[in-house]
Amino acid sequence: MSLDCCVVPSASIQANAVPLSQLPRGVTARVIGVSALHPNDSIAERLGELGFVPGELLLVIAHAPWGKDPILVKIGASRFALRLAEANRVTVAIGECA
Amino acid sequence: MMPIHIALVGNPNAGKTAIFNRLTGARQKVANYAGVTVERRSGTFILPSGRHVEVMDLPGIYSLHTLSADEHITRDLLVGALPNEQRPHMVVCVVDAANLQLHLRLVLEVRALGHQVIVVLNMMDSAARRGITIDLALLQRHLKLPVVSTIAVQRGGTDALIAALSVTFDSASSLQSTAEAAVGSRNIEQTKTRHAEVRAMLDAAVSFPTRAYRRDDAFDRWLLHPVMGLIVLAALLLLVFQAVYFVGRPATEAIGDLFSLLGELAKTHLPDGPLFDLVNEALLGGLGTLLGFLPQILVLFFFIQVLEGSGYLPRAAFLLDRIMRAVGLSGRSFIPLLSSFACAVPGILSTRSISNARDRLTTILVAPLMTCSARLPVYALLIAAFIPPRLTLGVFNLQGLVLFALYVAGIAGAIVVAWVTKRLRGFSSDHNEIALLMEMPAYRWPSAWDIALALWERARVFLARLTGLILALTVLMWCLTHYPSAPANAIGPAIDTSFAGYLGRAVHVLFAPLGFNWQITVALIPAFAARETAVAALATVYAVAGQGGGEGLLQPQTLASVLSQSISLASALSLMVWFVFAPQCMSTLAVIRRETGGWRWAIISFAYMFALAYLTSFVTYRIADTFS
Repeated sequence: MSLDCCVVPSASIQANAVPLSQLPRGVTARVIGVSALHPNDSIAERLGELGFVPGELLLVIAHAPWGKDPILVKIGASRFALRLAEANRVTVAIGECA
Repeated sequence: MMPIHIALVGNPNAGKTAIFNRLTGARQKVANYAGVTVERRSGTFILPSGRHVEVMDLPGIYSLHTLSADEHITRDLLVGALPNEQRPHMVVCVVDAANLQLHLRLVLEVRALGHQVIVVLNMMDSAARRGITIDLALLQRHLKLPVVSTIAVQRGGTDALIAALSVTFDSASSLQSTAEAAVGSRNIEQTKTRHAEVRAMLDAAVSFPTRAYRRDDAFDRWLLHPVMGLIVLAALLLLVFQAVYFVGRPATEAIGDLFSLLGELAKTHLPDGPLFDLVNEALLGGLGTLLGFLPQILVLFFFIQVLEGSGYLPRAAFLLDRIMRAVGLSGRSFIPLLSSFACAVPGILSTRSISNARDRLTTILVAPLMTCSARLPVYALLIAAFIPPRLTLGVFNLQGLVLFALYVAGIAGAIVVAWVTKRLRGFSSDHNEIALLMEMPAYRWPSAWDIALALWERARVFLARLTGLILALTVLMWCLTHYPSAPANAIGPAIDTSFAGYLGRAVHVLFAPLGFNWQITVALIPAFAARETAVAALATVYAVAGQGGGEGLLQPQTLASVLSQSISLASALSLMVWFVFAPQCMSTLAVIRRETGGWRWAIISFAYMFALAYLTSFVTYRIADTFS
C-alpha cells in the first residue's frame, strides 16, 4: 500500500496520540482506536466496519472550505469524508516520518 | 424447470447494477458514487444450457448492521426476513477489485451467514491499470469461496460469471434455497478479526504498487482545495448553463423550422375546419413548441451524466457540506438533491439512503425546489422572450446568466425552507446525530456508451410524457379554448367566449396581483399536473387567440415574440419566479405520498410551495413594476 512508510514504536503511541480531527493534512498516522460516545454509538461501529481499526494507516487528504470541516481521509484504498464530530471518535498516532 | 434465483450483494459502488445490466440487458441507472440503487430490482437471463436465471439487484451495504432504509432491504433479503420474496439459491458477492480491503470484509460477513456464495471481482480493468495484481487461485483458497473476475462495462465482461453459474447449476440435481440466517450482535472484536483476516489474505494473494492512487490524489488535491475547489465548482456550473444556450439554441431553432414545414404540409393536405385547427394549434403549435426544447434538456443531461460518471459529485457534496449542515441537513442529502435537478421523483426515491428519518423528510420537502428539467423549457421560453442575448463581462451570455440565477433561486429557496424546518422541529437533544461518513469513489472516465444510453433514455421519457399526459392536457386545453363556439355576431377572438375564456377570467382574480394576464392564468391550470405543459398551453392559447399573426402556427421564436408584446417585463419576471417555486407536478406529489406513507406530507408540500411561489412572485412583480 502507499501508506506503509512509518512504523510507530509502541512506547511512543501515547505521547503522539491525537484525535483524527486534529491530524494535519498530508501526515500519515496509525489508528490507535475508535471510541464510542454513548452505548449503541452506530457511528463508531460503522467507522470500525469501514476500516478504522487499530494498526491501520491513514492520511488526511483535504479539508473542506469554511472551518476545515469535513475532512477527507484516505484509509487503505478508500476515501471517506468525515465531519469533525465523527473524526473525533478516532484516535491516531503520528509517526516519526511525518 | 424452476428458474435459478441469484442475488447481487456488495458494497456501494462495487458495480452491482452494471453487472445486472450486462447480464439481463436492462438499462438501470449506473453512476460513479455510493447509493445509486435504493430499491431491489429483478431481471432474467438464460444460461448457455437454457436454464433461466432470475437475478436480483440490491442496494449496496457496508455491513449487515444496516443503518438506512435502502440498506435494510439487502439485509432483510439475506437473512430471509422478506416473507414474500423468493430466497436466492446463490448470493453473488460483487467486490471492487481495486478496493479489496474494504469490500472483502463484507464478503466474510456474508459468508458467515452460511449461504452458497460466489465472489465476483469486478472492475478488474481499473485494478490492472493501477498495477494491482491479484492471484485469483490463491485468493479463492484463502476465502474458501469460488472467485471469478469481471469487467461489467465491457461486452462479454461477465462471461466468467456466467460460466461459473453454469458449472454450479447445470450439474446440480436440485436447487437449494438459502436458509434463514441471523445477523449476530455488533461486535468490534469480530470486526477487527475480520479486518485482520482480510489483511492476511491480501498480503498473500495481492500485490499493490506503492503509488496505485497517485492520479486520484492529484485530482483531489486540486478539486478539493478550499479555494481552488470552489472556483472549479463555480466555473463548472457556469459552463453548463452557458453550454445549454450555445449548443441548445441552434438545435431548438432547427426543430422550429421543421415544424413550420409540417404546418405548411398540414395546410395543403387537411381541409379547413376543426381538425386542421387541432393539428395546427395544439399538436404542431403546442407540442411542437415544447419539443423544440428537448435539445437544451439533452445538453443539460449530458453534463449531469459526465459529472455522475466521473466521481465528481460526492466531491461537490464534500465542498458544500458546511452549507448543508448550517440548515440542518447532512451531506447525505446532497446526492438526492442533485438528482432532483434531473427530476424530483428519483431524487425523492434516493432519500432512502438517508438514515435519519427527520433529515430524510426535510430532504423530501425541499427536493421539489431544485430546478428539474421540466422547468427548463419554460425558463428557456421566457428568457428568449425577455432577456436580450448580449454578452456581459465580455464572455458570459446574459441569457445563460439569468438561467443560472433561476437555478440559484431554487437552491436559495431550499436553503431557507430547510432552515425553517430545522427551527420548527427544534433543537431536540436526541442521539440521532446527523452523520456524513460518505465514501469518495475513485475517479473514472465516464463511458461514452453510458452517456449515449442515458441521453437516449432521457429523450424517450420526454417523448413518452409529451405524447401521453401532455398531449392529453393540450388537446383538452384546445377543446376548452374552442367550445362553445363564438356566436356569429361576436366581436374579438373566439377564445373570449369559450370555456377557457370564462375559466381564465374567473381564476384570473387570484393571479392578477402577480401580474399575470388571463391567458397565462389559463395556461397555468394544466401546468399544475406537469409544469412543462405551460409551454404547449401558452402556444395553444395564443394561437387560438389569433395573436400569432393570423397564421395560427407558433414557433418557439414566434411564441417568444408574441409573449414579449403581450406581457410586461415585470410580469415575465414574476412568472419565472412562479415556476421556480410553484408545486406543479402530480408525479412528485404521488411519490411524496408513497415515500412518507400518507397524504399529509404531500399536502403540506403542495401548500407551502404554493404559498412560497405566490409570495415571491407577488414581491417580484411589485418591485419590478416599480422600477420599470
